[in-house]
Amino acid sequence: MKTTELAIVGAGPAGVCAALEAASCGVKVTLIDREEQIGGQLVKQTHKFFGWHEKSAGTRGIVISGDLADQVKANPDICFMGSAEALGYFQDDGVLLLETPVGIQKLKPERLLIATGASEKMILFPGNDLPGVYGAGAVQTLMNVHGVRPGKSVLMIGSGNIGLIVSYQLAQAGVKVAAVVEALPNIGGYAVHASKIRRLGIPIYTRHSIKEAYGTACVEGAIIWQLDDNWQGIAGTEKQLDVDVICLATGLTPLCEFLWQAGAEMAYIPELGGFVPLYDENMETTVEGVYVAGDAACIEEASTAMAEGRLAGLAIAYSLGKVPADEFSRKRAESLKELDELRAGPTSGAIVKGLAVMKEQMRKRVSQ
Amino acid sequence: MESSDIRITQHPILDFPDRRKIKFYWEGKELEGYEGEPIASALHAAGIKVLHKSLKQGCPRGFFCAIGNCSSCLVVVDGVPNVRACTEKLRAGMRVEMQEGVGPVPASKE
Amino acid sequence: MKPDVLMTTGIPSKEQIDSATPPGSRRKQGPFVVIECFQEIPCDPCYHSCRFGAIKPFESLNDIPQVDWEKCTGCGVCVAACPGLAIFVVDETFSDTECLIAMPYEFSPLPGKGDPVHLLDRSGDKVGEGVVHRVVPGRKPQGTPVVWVRAPRELSLNVRNLLPSAGKGGNNCV
Repeated sequence: MKTTELAIVGAGPAGVCAALEAASCGVKVTLIDREEQIGGQLVKQTHKFFGWHEKSAGTRGIVISGDLADQVKANPDICFMGSAEALGYFQDDGVLLLETPVGIQKLKPERLLIATGASEKMILFPGNDLPGVYGAGAVQTLMNVHGVRPGKSVLMIGSGNIGLIVSYQLAQAGVKVAAVVEALPNIGGYAVHASKIRRLGIPIYTRHSIKEAYGTACVEGAIIWQLDDNWQGIAGTEKQLDVDVICLATGLTPLCEFLWQAGAEMAYIPELGGFVPLYDENMETTVEGVYVAGDAACIEEASTAMAEGRLAGLAIAYSLGKVPADEFSRKRAESLKELDELRAGPTSGAIVKGLAVMKEQMRKRVSQ
Repeated sequence: MESSDIRITQHPILDFPDRRKIKFYWEGKELEGYEGEPIASALHAAGIKVLHKSLKQGCPRGFFCAIGNCSSCLVVVDGVPNVRACTEKLRAGMRVEMQEGVGPVPASKE
Repeated sequence: MKPDVLMTTGIPSKEQIDSATPPGSRRKQGPFVVIECFQEIPCDPCYHSCRFGAIKPFESLNDIPQVDWEKCTGCGVCVAACPGLAIFVVDETFSDTECLIAMPYEFSPLPGKGDPVHLLDRSGDKVGEGVVHRVVPGRKPQGTPVVWVRAPRELSLNVRNLLPSAGKGGNNCV
């Protein structure tokens, strides 16, 4: 059976940054992704990222993913396995099962990092199963990766950063955005993203939601309405929208099936995106040797995913004896400070609260 | 939407390189797509959104996540069911059918 | 609690816009930057883009950028650097009746010098007509093009988007 020092499932921002950090410390890494290319969801992010100037801020996601891919390919200590879908992790034997273009393969890593990202949340409304109702990320993939417009006119549900950014990108692709609706009283994403689509003439309706999608075989239109303080639709406020696409940007939830399977302790922390694995300051889960980073750990921005990846890569290298203790504690402190600073603003309030809940649960667990 | 409007040819940030046009079949009808793009993208560009019929009530299903997470877009490819249209790459001559429920049992290769 | 207009509509309040605009004496001296970034978010490329030190150093990554109007030359480099596309340059000294406004414009096709454009405000409404004065194209895929338009002077603080009058722009309001 093939062995490796570190196997990383997911070659998105978190997984790649972990691979580069661990390899720079001398760890032999196998980086696995079901896609052919490196970059995960960065490959469809045409907007410029926030964060530090020194750490890729101001650079488009598609450019960052190209740079990361070049670094991975140039690194002899990282073996990239593309078009390889991880099927399961069998903790008793420590074996990862992969479906590759040459068949099923087994891989036994000394350390495992799960960086599988997230999936889109569904919301309930009549007609939500009609073709034409797509995740916002799906629409981004279709137009920015494959060059196909999703339709003529779009209703965007959700005004978090994804809803706002994808609305802007739809306009860039020449697709009309009929409206953005937001159930909360305030816009969820960054104000600059909201201003950017408002000046294109895209209306944002706060305290509004979708009442229903209609159509026989596909979406032919949607009805939106205003919500009262108890989140109920107000009769008489309905607006009919002539749209052929409805985009859901109502949040993401961590994709952490591998961690459930590995027996990692999970907790329901809504601020972090739903069920998340418990992990410590080294990004190690409650299963020794199994680490997590990026959206699989907690739903945040790509900049934090990259920082978490670097932290996990460093901690894994240390656990394998590749980094001296003093260097590890110095670099880890820098990394934690970086994450704290990324989360210092008012827009990260919920995340900070959720991470405090996580920390408390970890503390209770250790003291038991 | 005309098929000429659905493919993006001009974009402020992205360039979409020319790819090889190939023929494939949807429900027996000949269509054109680009080699290597996902089946779902070729079908969407041809105006086809219903890819699958649900197991119990036969409700129409299209793709939802477009990255292989959700199984909303299962189709039958060359007689093999449960192929994700959103991630499976298009090849010349491929015969793609709408999948009803769990789809047919594939013929044994032996 | 007073509702936050910016976070309910996506459009900054008059007070916020005033806070981003230099005093009248400075406005008479030449082009100046208007940074419409009113929310603490973790982002600092504008500070690093300014060669004149006109954007004051950040104490924290989440700081709202502060401008030293005396150092700002209105060059427009920060307009293309801002990831949030929230920076504009205004020159009210262009002529007696017209001003220049520099705006980030990530749509295709790019207008050319001399092209007539509709001038749009912060909600995408047409508020006047203008002419393209200069285009600084960005290199694909990373660059953000900056379009300088000539606009009626009284609209200098209102116009924040443009729409080519002829042909199809990739803009939602078409």
